[in-house]
Amino acid sequence: MKRYSAFAVAREAARFHTGWERAWRNPAPKSRYDVIIIGAGGHGLATAYYLGKNFGIKNVAIIEKGWLGGGNTGRNTTIIRSNYLQDPSAALYEKSRSLFETMSQDLNYNVMFSPRGVIMLAQTQHEVRGYQRTAHANALQGVKTEFINPQRVKELVPIINLDGPRYPVLGGLWQARGGSARHDAVAWGYARACSDMGMDVIQQCEVTAVRRDGGKVVGVSTTKGDIDCDKLGIVVAGNSGHVAGMAGFRLPIESVALQALVSEPIKPCMDVVVMANTVHGYMSQSDKGEMVIGGGTDGYNNYTQRGSFHHIEETVRALVETFPMVSRLKMLRQWGGIVDITGDRSPILSKTPVENVFINCGWGTGGFKATPGSGWAMAELMAKGHGPLTDAFGMERFREGRFIDESVAAGVAH
Amino acid sequence: MSTRLATGGRLLTKDKPVTFRFNGKQLRGYEGDTLASALLANDQMLVGRSFKYHRPRGIVASGAEEPNGLVNMGDEGKFEPNQRVTTTELFDGLSATSQNHWPSLEFDVGVINKYMSRFMPAGFYYKTFMYPRAFWKHVYEPFIRQAAGLGKAPKARDVDTYEHYHAFCDVLVIGGGVAGLLAAKTAAQSGAKVMLIEQTAHWGGRAPVDGGTVDGDPVEDFVEKTVAELASMENVTLRNRTMGAGVYDHGYVLGYERLTDHAPEAAGPRHRLWRVRAGHIITATGAIERPLSFAGNDIPGVMLASAVRDYVANWGVSIGDRTVIVTNNDDAYLTAFALKFAGLEVPAIVDARPAGDESPAMAQAKALGLRVLHGHGIAKVKGNKRVTGVAICAQAGEGAVLEEITCDAVAMSGGWSPVVHLWSHCGGKLAWDDAQAFFKPDRDKAPTGADGAGFVTAAGAASGALILSDALGDAHAAGQAAAKAAGFTARKTKAPKGETPAEAPMLPVWMMPQGASAPLRAKAWLDYQNDVKVSDVQLAAREGFESVEHAKRYTTLGMATDQGKLSNINGLATLAGALDTPIPQVGTTTFRPPYTPISMGAIGGEARAEVFQPIRRTPMHDWHDTNGADWEPVGHWRRPYAFVRDGESTHDAVMREVVNTRQNLGLLDASTLGKLVVKGPDAGKFLDMLYTNMMSTLKPGKCRYGLMCSENGFLIDDGVVARIDEDTFLCHTTTGGAERIHGHMEEWLQTEWWDWKVYVANVTEQYAQVAVVGPNARKVLEKLGGMDVSKEALGFMEWADGEIGGFKARVYRISFSGELSYEIAVDAGQGQAFWDALMAAGAEFGAMPYGTECLHILRAEKGFIMIGDETDGTIIPQDLGLNWAISKKKEDYLGKRAQARSHMTDPERWKLVGLETVDGSTLPDGAYAAGEGVNANGQRNVIGRVTSTYHSPTLGRGIAMGLVLHGPDRMGEVISFPGTDGKTYEARIVDPVFYDKEGEKQNV
Repeated sequence: MKRYSAFAVAREAARFHTGWERAWRNPAPKSRYDVIIIGAGGHGLATAYYLGKNFGIKNVAIIEKGWLGGGNTGRNTTIIRSNYLQDPSAALYEKSRSLFETMSQDLNYNVMFSPRGVIMLAQTQHEVRGYQRTAHANALQGVKTEFINPQRVKELVPIINLDGPRYPVLGGLWQARGGSARHDAVAWGYARACSDMGMDVIQQCEVTAVRRDGGKVVGVSTTKGDIDCDKLGIVVAGNSGHVAGMAGFRLPIESVALQALVSEPIKPCMDVVVMANTVHGYMSQSDKGEMVIGGGTDGYNNYTQRGSFHHIEETVRALVETFPMVSRLKMLRQWGGIVDITGDRSPILSKTPVENVFINCGWGTGGFKATPGSGWAMAELMAKGHGPLTDAFGMERFREGRFIDESVAAGVAH
Repeated sequence: MSTRLATGGRLLTKDKPVTFRFNGKQLRGYEGDTLASALLANDQMLVGRSFKYHRPRGIVASGAEEPNGLVNMGDEGKFEPNQRVTTTELFDGLSATSQNHWPSLEFDVGVINKYMSRFMPAGFYYKTFMYPRAFWKHVYEPFIRQAAGLGKAPKARDVDTYEHYHAFCDVLVIGGGVAGLLAAKTAAQSGAKVMLIEQTAHWGGRAPVDGGTVDGDPVEDFVEKTVAELASMENVTLRNRTMGAGVYDHGYVLGYERLTDHAPEAAGPRHRLWRVRAGHIITATGAIERPLSFAGNDIPGVMLASAVRDYVANWGVSIGDRTVIVTNNDDAYLTAFALKFAGLEVPAIVDARPAGDESPAMAQAKALGLRVLHGHGIAKVKGNKRVTGVAICAQAGEGAVLEEITCDAVAMSGGWSPVVHLWSHCGGKLAWDDAQAFFKPDRDKAPTGADGAGFVTAAGAASGALILSDALGDAHAAGQAAAKAAGFTARKTKAPKGETPAEAPMLPVWMMPQGASAPLRAKAWLDYQNDVKVSDVQLAAREGFESVEHAKRYTTLGMATDQGKLSNINGLATLAGALDTPIPQVGTTTFRPPYTPISMGAIGGEARAEVFQPIRRTPMHDWHDTNGADWEPVGHWRRPYAFVRDGESTHDAVMREVVNTRQNLGLLDASTLGKLVVKGPDAGKFLDMLYTNMMSTLKPGKCRYGLMCSENGFLIDDGVVARIDEDTFLCHTTTGGAERIHGHMEEWLQTEWWDWKVYVANVTEQYAQVAVVGPNARKVLEKLGGMDVSKEALGFMEWADGEIGGFKARVYRISFSGELSYEIAVDAGQGQAFWDALMAAGAEFGAMPYGTECLHILRAEKGFIMIGDETDGTIIPQDLGLNWAISKKKEDYLGKRAQARSHMTDPERWKLVGLETVDGSTLPDGAYAAGEGVNANGQRNVIGRVTSTYHSPTLGRGIAMGLVLHGPDRMGEVISFPGTDGKTYEARIVDPVFYDKEGEKQNV
């Protein structure tokens, strides 16, 4: 792999950039791999990357039915934070956040991680207490957060309206090292690094069956033929139930559309990421200048990657109240993605009833921020069968009632 | 230079001049101008700077597809960035400034010249700016952010208003060109209710400019006649200035009406968002001309041929004195003729097609003495901020210059693409038309509704019928098909006959010249706003970004504010060429709403400020407001946190309220508490399933405190249930829980126990409810007189109907404070009067109102749990020592099975205890108790947490409730809570009941 650098760009400029090589190879599948990962999204690619990097397992294929990074990796609002309440969540998301800090250098690919800071607004007394609780928990978890007062919120977000007629801003939970990254680049950077390790990223190849022998996986059937493997990882957010069904087990998840939208680009006016959970809206400004806005999930299950417009209306109303200037911007584009929702809104990183089949799903509305940590933890789970980051996230927890409920921290009414 | 012609301008009202400002300069135009035409009439070709390289940008189009002409408009509360000049109607006093440059439009220090831009191809930022690590956040990114963006951020609050309209129709026709007009008329003739919307202020679309006849008459006459006919039909609604913004599932369409953008001083809302439910939809959205890819095609003065023609015909504006036409089709010849007829010079028509059979257009060109260069192309446009000439080459070659022609404008046409956005929004598929080189709607793969039938039909140019005669036939058929699809019988009519001169076939040209060298390809723009060139798409393909979505995201092609209306097809044809793959195999990126950007104001609609989420008010709300209420939002209600007197802090007020209620008499407005009537022969059975307690055995006249759990066993609500009669219960819920619990009940009744005879009604707002609390509670009621409220007549946990002080009342003997307490419900309309009566009668007994914080302290002193404090969606009643409220006799209740799961019965679950700080201080909210060591993830082990914490004036110290590992077994033990303030708080584990442990005070 030729390294990327300013020098390399300058060298190529002289010959009109005709000398660049492919970022990743486009191989035909081999007949057998040690590990197959279904799903070349951020989580799947990261899993493969850390299998190679941390455990030396490099005979790996990542199989993708569409184009890599084309699912929720390329549809999210790119927020990165780790200010979670429950210990297992905080451990996983903080691991992830810390991996983002050095990802560009690790991958030799600029993923533009920008620790610009994340504020979660407290707009009711209930939320104030909730975020104070999170701040206390985070302090003991080694996650740096603080509860800040409204004046500090205003300093960080000059365009905010502190005393809206409905929900005044009473403070906020501030994570200075949260922020955002370029979502596509995360997938592309991992794909390039995996390919460079000799792994095969196989796009336009749909898995049609999971082949088993006596309760144990032996391979998959695909639109490009049968491929054998020792271990199989299913990392297919939005299609998890479908692929698990091929492997012969059911998942405790529902699939719903989550929507987002962007405004037209404007000059910089907001440096930090702001989340307002009481009114259900969050917003950041991309490097291009677009205001990136996330909303809620639809109330019904579907796979269409579209959504209901009334959710967009609710989100926009909430943001106009929180940031009055938004009223005078225009919506450039809206889109949707399909998210897996579990009973406790926490992910599943787990062994399955089929021996040597592992599943990574259920990230709900917040999977992007977990990309590297999820890959790191999943790789350990697949290589060793367990690990401290994944132990709490097994799917048997729903049977035992051992939930990891984050709705407390998300301010969701209960 | 561009200027106003002496004649022409069919849309102008020349006796109505208008003045406006651009970058501070006062300019003149006419009513009927767009901002674009008026700027061009004043020789203002340069209107902005591109996104990435800050290159000079001129207007290239005349409609919604314009990528360059974006300006800041208005001032203060009417300021808005990124307004498209081609769709902005000129009005007197309009003020606009250009965007994305510093210090000025003419001289921008941010400009990246052709040498520098070599170092900044597509995706260069993924390969650089990685070292040193901290520089991304602190150096590179701030610089990039400042250079990016377009218009300025608005600062002031929007002074305009917006509204939503709902509409229902059988057939919705989007687009008021000839096809849309005819389709609407044909559909309406069946009797169907038809709505026709058009994004501009004018009907007829391009037809009046492009010419032709309909049934022998000029097409303008057809437009005028058809509009008049439609206007006279009762079943037809016509809305111009209304854009079809998006098509959603089930025939739901967003229409975006710009009511006063063209007349900002007019009264009424600025925008109206139409939410239309249509039986069937016709997209008659026309087609958009494509640019050609040649070096220097982004220099101001290079414009779409159709736009050049529009400016001459519609607004009497010439783009230049000498305009070279460059084309691959016959349509652009019309532009040459229009210019010639206007007395302007056309030095050459550069036609990429080799000479062949002479079409009528070519013959006319010859007759007009125009020079046509067949088989030629433009090698390069000369000029910087304005075209100065073109270098001509052979289209088949690599760009060797054969001739240079001096000119000040270039009109280009690369063919046309149907506007398929609305067709595609909801899943309509496209088919590639090889002959015309465009994607058009695949009739067999329309978006489908619940019945599996297609609910969108494309008509006219939008369906690929570019020629007038074809478009009319197609639109007529679409109108009939839509009427039929909507359940009507189409009247047998014949399509009118359109006539235009025959055209020679177009020739797809994706690169000019076809073998252009690398330096030329690096100057051939695809996306003008985002600075994406042919070379960038080829680079993406070379690097493996082969999917059209990858190429788009890697190069940013089509991601600008025009969403690739001009660039997408050229870009994917370039990608297909680079991959040596047929274009249809490459496919398109996803079309997403809206068609063009729509205002957030319109999306939000009326619901802003005071009516964003209307505040629910109790009957006593105003009284509270005038008596010092420090409001707290609770659900959609506001509740007084405390009643603050002059000279008092909020904390002081709370302390005073607690002391007074314990010693004298407190009044609480409890009207917000949910009140659900559950009625029917199976009501008792139903409540037995909903509550953990046994409710069916409750006797009429009695009250019982109940707990409600989710299927997962977690506590979700609590409250007092009163049995009114054999079939009727009244369930009190928490303030925030009323709607949720009502929904919860309905869900179970409607989906699982639909055969149970039970009705639920939410009567929360029908009553005003006052808690009369404290040692003097009975005294004040007795003073008011009426029903017997003695201990004997109305015991603890009983209720009775009667009269108090002349008010019809229902009195509950329940207590959430541990004091003698009556909760009295009166009709909502009597609430304020009753409150006044209580305050007046209570004066001698020390009556004071109290707020939510006092309520919280009173209950915490008694060890009563609060939903949302002691519970957080993960707590089961057993955690809170509420086993007594769980019936052992019942076979089942919601949550019972879940509570038997292994983790729920785990003895390691944290349990409710009281906490007393060793030094009497107050524990911080949400603090965790630290244990020994760290866990496998390096996190400090924790053994408990604070759930509620207050300063108790009754006890003169901090008290708290918390959940602690093995808590009830560790009474007296001291554990420590590290605060986020750096202090560590030591607290002793105690019984959670701090006050009146025997419960004597409430039972007097």
